Amino acid sequence: MANDIYKTDELIARDIDAYLEKHQHKTMLRFITCGSVDDGKSTLIGRLLYDSKMIFEDQLALLEADSKRVGTQGQEIDFALLVDGLAAEREQGITIDVAYRFFATDRRKFIVADTPGHEQYTRNMVTGASTADLAVILIDARKGVLTQTRRHSYLAHLVGIRNIVLAINKMDLVDYDQARYDSIIGDYRAFAEQIGIDGFQAIPISGLKGDNIASKSDATPWYQGPTLLDYLETVEIDQSRMIERPFRMAVQWVNRPNLDFRGFSGQIASGRIKPGDAVRILPGSTSSTVERVVTMDGDLSEAGAGQSVTLTLADEIDCSRGQVITPAGQPLEVADQFEATIVWMAQEPMIPGRAYIMKIGTTQATVTVTDEKYQVNVNTMAHEPGKILALNGIGVCNIATSKAIPFEPYAENPDLGGFILIDRLNNATVGAGMIHFALRRSHNLPWQTIDVDRNAHAAIKNQQPRLLWLTGLSGSGKTTIANLVEKKLHAMGRHTFLLDGTNVRQGLNKDLGFTDADRVENIRRIGEVAKLMTDAGLIVLTAFISPFRSERRMVRQLFPKGEFVEIFIDTPIEVAESRDQKGLYEQARRGDLKNFTGIDSAYEPPEAPEIRIDTTRLSAEEAAEAIIESLSMSF
Amino acid sequence: MTTLTHLQRLESESIHIMREVVAEVERPVMLYSVGKDSAVMLHLAKKAFYPSTPPFPLLHVDTTWKFQDMYRLREKAAREAGMELLVYRNPEALARGINPFDHGSLHTDLWKTEGLKQALDEYGFDAAFGGARRDEEKSRAKERVFSFRSANHRWDPKNQRPELWKLYNARKAKGESIRVFPLSNWTELDIWQYIHLEQIEIVPLYLSAPRPTVIRDGLILMVDDHRFPLREGEEVRMRSIRFRTLGCYPLTGAVESEAATLTEVIQEMLLTTTSERQGRAIDHDQSASMEKKKQEGYF
Repeated sequence: MANDIYKTDELIARDIDAYLEKHQHKTMLRFITCGSVDDGKSTLIGRLLYDSKMIFEDQLALLEADSKRVGTQGQEIDFALLVDGLAAEREQGITIDVAYRFFATDRRKFIVADTPGHEQYTRNMVTGASTADLAVILIDARKGVLTQTRRHSYLAHLVGIRNIVLAINKMDLVDYDQARYDSIIGDYRAFAEQIGIDGFQAIPISGLKGDNIASKSDATPWYQGPTLLDYLETVEIDQSRMIERPFRMAVQWVNRPNLDFRGFSGQIASGRIKPGDAVRILPGSTSSTVERVVTMDGDLSEAGAGQSVTLTLADEIDCSRGQVITPAGQPLEVADQFEATIVWMAQEPMIPGRAYIMKIGTTQATVTVTDEKYQVNVNTMAHEPGKILALNGIGVCNIATSKAIPFEPYAENPDLGGFILIDRLNNATVGAGMIHFALRRSHNLPWQTIDVDRNAHAAIKNQQPRLLWLTGLSGSGKTTIANLVEKKLHAMGRHTFLLDGTNVRQGLNKDLGFTDADRVENIRRIGEVAKLMTDAGLIVLTAFISPFRSERRMVRQLFPKGEFVEIFIDTPIEVAESRDQKGLYEQARRGDLKNFTGIDSAYEPPEAPEIRIDTTRLSAEEAAEAIIESLSMSF
Repeated sequence: MTTLTHLQRLESESIHIMREVVAEVERPVMLYSVGKDSAVMLHLAKKAFYPSTPPFPLLHVDTTWKFQDMYRLREKAAREAGMELLVYRNPEALARGINPFDHGSLHTDLWKTEGLKQALDEYGFDAAFGGARRDEEKSRAKERVFSFRSANHRWDPKNQRPELWKLYNARKAKGESIRVFPLSNWTELDIWQYIHLEQIEIVPLYLSAPRPTVIRDGLILMVDDHRFPLREGEEVRMRSIRFRTLGCYPLTGAVESEAATLTEVIQEMLLTTTSERQGRAIDHDQSASMEKKKQEGYF
């Protein structure tokens, strides 16, 4: 047997240069094998290594000796021994999650991700599948479609693997019975359609005997399809698909060898790029044109998906790690709230509201799960309610990030829609996620209907209600800062609400003008609404000029001690007037706008605000940080 | 633009890994052992950061017992890359005159394992690139690309991070460090094909030539300098040999060969029938020895 397969490759001996030339044009396929211990997975992998001549003579001699000594196949070679070296390690208590094995044929190089073990199956399989182009799902022909077959298929599909091979193994043990084979395919097809698998390639094999692995088996004359190796050698790989999509490249590193060169290095996630292409940098609004596509082997006239390159741009613009370069006409969506599937990989469960670090593309952000919609039971595919996510749990969640992230849905572009979650304390990788789509803020505002007392409202949100009262001149930056603070609180998993001129003056207080009396009534109503909202357990932010001390004191008195936080946005009138974004000061100076605070109506600065923000020293972002910081003591 | 070849994909992946490390850690270093894998890794580093010089130094943890040809190429390669070359020799091993003839496994422990730890500590490196491949050995098949070490350089196999997609988590506590293996997915054949394709300079010892040798304990050893003590009955003979891996010359077995060019070496390798690590005395103890050495901090 060994001599047959291990005959010298004639081309290597005769013309090594021709051989090398041929092998330089090989492509690469990464795949994962999914099956339980008894499905013959190790035997199949061992067989593939053997049939593609990856086993050296010394290993083969060892294998033959071991097979006789401890093998399960009598005098025949036990291929499983080639890959089962991990058993010993398991006894030593070493965690085996994913082992990678390599083999090559004349047409392709293969990397096989092998994931043994049952306990950690979800975590391990998702890890192995994340880099795979294809999944080989093994079925024992005697047993047919089992719960684990469904589980493996679901996970492969979840991670976005489009190519699925259903390897119906141990055909020798069912006498190569076509009816058996057909009935398994029928069962599988029904299930596959149900979870959204479009198609799959079924192959009747015997890992042990080698049927339909490298060569067509005489025992299955009724099977007309490819052998397993044929199929692996010819199936289209994902990279070919990604190149047809719009150009996207996350900037990994800014390449600045000297003052004359500034390049942006990264690996192209999808599409193609060439000098002269108009590009846009996200997040942000900067645009430019590609000047050069630089590599050490010389500038390229075009580069595409999968290549690591360095781009230079025609304009001196700001672009840094974490930003994504896209075509000017096909930019990415940028968002800070998403629906995503999360797979939990740590012993300590995922808890909504807890902050984690998210790495997506080349950027990192703080992220919280704001709402767990449901969990998926990986054995039944049933959707079940859940509050947390335990190890190996899979949940569909809403998440909020601390900053805007350029992304694409995972199904369309894994590089821009897949993320990992990192524990902030021990830096462990605790979860993996796949973005479905962005949520618009309005979809995700908290809405309270439960009619119990204020403590209960607060307790269920796991927070202390607060009223953050921002006061300051028109143009001082109240609304901008309040918005940033709310965004940060939201990303921390806090339940918040922002009351400002836009949502109060146009509705509730639409009947009020700007006389002193109306101003007082305006503040009173806002105070009352804020009171109701804190009763509901919320952290309320308000951004109103609120010029008079007495009204601010009135509002303060509505609240329990410590709940009202007065924040003075301190901006000198000259500065506020110079900003005058809405042109209000100008109108007031002309006399077109009466009773304008700071011009013809007084502003009484707070005497002892809880927090004072000097906007001549701090940017809006820094101000928001400072506010969060002083609050965190009391949260 | 067609589909990338397997070598292009491997190259691109390695470059991506190196850039991630440089972007996310404070003080990276590249362990440079002068072997063929190091040669490929250095070449990839040049590509990753071109036109910049790779923004980290090369570190050679020396044992004073490497082949003379290796020392020559080491200096040349660093000079040509324009990179700083740090050579570290464990002062204790130097003082005690530790050598492979008299001290057995202590030689590896002190020079390499201890030497590496000392060097990383002395310079404060928090990430070190190494040229290990997953296909080298069974125990490496499951090794991560980013392998974390505690502040005292222990490798905790139970506590390694899952690696998904190409998202490497490089966050670590103060004192912890990462060993990074950008060649994880390369095989020996990939390395040779790439050296051939990219015309990367390698130590001449990989190519066959007549060299002074003795046969000891079943290994063909090269008598590379005068420090090689001959045992009774041993005589130095010229043999046409080459090496498949390179380390300390008294510990590295050669193969008899007539393959004097790179293509002939590849040809011979493809037609050969024994696995690569056979020539290394260090692995001969027991199959789990690599695992054990790794836990102790050997690369």
